[in-house]
Amino acid sequence: MPDISVATIATIVAAASPLVFAVVGETITEKAGVVNLSLDGSMLLSAMVGFAVAFTTGSVTLGFAAAALVSALIALIVAFASIELRLNQIAVGFVLTLLGANLSAFLGQDYVRKPGPYITSMEIPVLSGIPGLGPVLFDQNPVVYASLILVAVSMWFMFNTRRGLELQAVGERPEAAFARGIPVNRLRYVYTVLGGALVGIGGAAFSLDVKAGWSDGHIANYGWIALAIVIFGGWHPGRAALGCYLFGLLQVMALKLQPSLPNLSQVLPILPFPLMIATLVVVNLPAVRRLAARSRVFGRLFQGEPPGALGRAFWRE
Amino acid sequence: MNRALEALRAATPRLLAVPVALAVGLVLLWVADAPPLETVRHLLQGSLGGQQRIGDTLMVWAPLALACAALILTFTAGLWNIGVEGQIIAGAIAASWVARELSAPPAVVLSAMLAAGALGGGAWAGLLGVLNVRGGVHEIFGGLGLTFVATGAVIYLVLGPWKRPGIASTSGTEPFDAAAWFPTLGALRVSPLAVGLGVLAVVAVYLVLRGTRFGLRLRATGQGRAAAARLGIPTDRYLMYAFLLSGAIAGVAGAVLVGAQHHKLVPSVSGGYGFLGILVVLLAGFRMAWAAPIALFFAMIASGGVQLQLRLDLHSSLGGVFQGVLVLSVLLAGGWQALRARRREAAARA
Repeated sequence: MPDISVATIATIVAAASPLVFAVVGETITEKAGVVNLSLDGSMLLSAMVGFAVAFTTGSVTLGFAAAALVSALIALIVAFASIELRLNQIAVGFVLTLLGANLSAFLGQDYVRKPGPYITSMEIPVLSGIPGLGPVLFDQNPVVYASLILVAVSMWFMFNTRRGLELQAVGERPEAAFARGIPVNRLRYVYTVLGGALVGIGGAAFSLDVKAGWSDGHIANYGWIALAIVIFGGWHPGRAALGCYLFGLLQVMALKLQPSLPNLSQVLPILPFPLMIATLVVVNLPAVRRLAARSRVFGRLFQGEPPGALGRAFWRE
Repeated sequence: MNRALEALRAATPRLLAVPVALAVGLVLLWVADAPPLETVRHLLQGSLGGQQRIGDTLMVWAPLALACAALILTFTAGLWNIGVEGQIIAGAIAASWVARELSAPPAVVLSAMLAAGALGGGAWAGLLGVLNVRGGVHEIFGGLGLTFVATGAVIYLVLGPWKRPGIASTSGTEPFDAAAWFPTLGALRVSPLAVGLGVLAVVAVYLVLRGTRFGLRLRATGQGRAAAARLGIPTDRYLMYAFLLSGAIAGVAGAVLVGAQHHKLVPSVSGGYGFLGILVVLLAGFRMAWAAPIALFFAMIASGGVQLQLRLDLHSSLGGVFQGVLVLSVLLAGGWQALRARRREAAARA
């Protein structure tokens, strides 16, 4: 067992920050009842656009803004197709996945392997001196801070505010929500686009931070990993973020174990997927369902039900 | 005559999607600073100019058509078998194992490879089926998960137990013995066996879905599980049949890829044939008779794209962008058409 020091934990928290953005974004979207399956393509395209804009303008902030915009536009297509046209969300999302990936390769040709700007760290004085916690939480770059704040804010919003409860109602039982006067489809637009923008920030957090630069298929498969972690996290932003850190931990361990087990690091990125399948099987077991229904603590831990109306369009008859 | 007009009017928005996709293609060419007519000429010449080129296009078509046939079976049962990519890979692994282990006359080796491919793909899809039907795991996420597991298994095999003597390299395993190479037509690279299997799968799936009790029951299951069950159809069993058959066909595609194209196991053995197949099937509206020619068109774009890269220095992703825009605009146009029909109906009722 390799030793896990404070510095390692700080690395994991930093390395997982792009995935945290994507996973929390998609969790919000799915909570509203919409699946944005395009994550892999959205993240690739926004990573490319983010890097290209930052490279051209010299402004990392503009890069992040452009990335969020591109990914929000893709999410808008998903929302329009599902809400207005009542098309299958999976079909549209899947096509956009492949399209986004191909577009990123085609439009990003001129930016391949160019050194460009990246985000620099911003140590918070005094707080960063706290032993243990300091280096992990207060000696990072602004994107990492933002990812931590996002997790806290999204949890607070979702479970403790009226609007958060509305968001859940829209995804769980849209008919009932509508009867109570909640504008179901307008909120679905809002949260799908908002979730898409967060996914885009996640993409740019790769190309402008964790995996700085651009190349063909730069962060391919991270979108699928994010979709898997959303399920692993049981549609709870906090549990989903933990899933991201767990994945980061696995990656760091693979790096440390590489000298003794050289093949492991190649196979390790696969691990979220069997874990996701196992999670889905476990939460669907009748015994686990009964327990989750009976005990609150257990229910919190193993609640794995997707939002009731996930993937289903809503309209007034 | 009236019916023909009606059909034409119904199809108009979808047909309009094609010029939209072409326009986007033109914009992309303009971005890449490439002459449009020249591009089309190279694309046609690269995919259809001469026997060798036609053969190459057919060699892309064969696994793609197999993937489409596999997908249409599961779509008919109402299942999103995105895991088809993983089933192709599983078939490729199984066929590679036979090719590496079995020394026998070519006819025996090839038959065994195809059987192993079908078994491998079928087993991988069967696992997905059990997860879906018994475990309640959604087939999209289960399928994607198993696809990544299969990819991991290939990488593990290529770099580990099946590595070339001395060097572990991502360029693949040692090439198979000659007995495991699908025979080609003279000096051409095209394998009649591979193309024949593609045709066979297309025809078989078309006939089964169109004219058999099995096809009818599969369709009923796909259109409404509860209603089908009330009619006395054992829906769970039919879902499993769909998974198993689909996986077996996909596995044959995997055997074709290693036996006729790579002649060894490589890390990206499928290279997205399963995912491309989903685009084709979506464009074809889940109909086999349409999917086969559309697959040929997509195969032309893929094999002609190689020429575009060589001659005009166009990026290989251009074809994929065009295919994606085409499918997206056809889907959106179809949705738009349905929306207008709903509005007309609502207006007529009011």
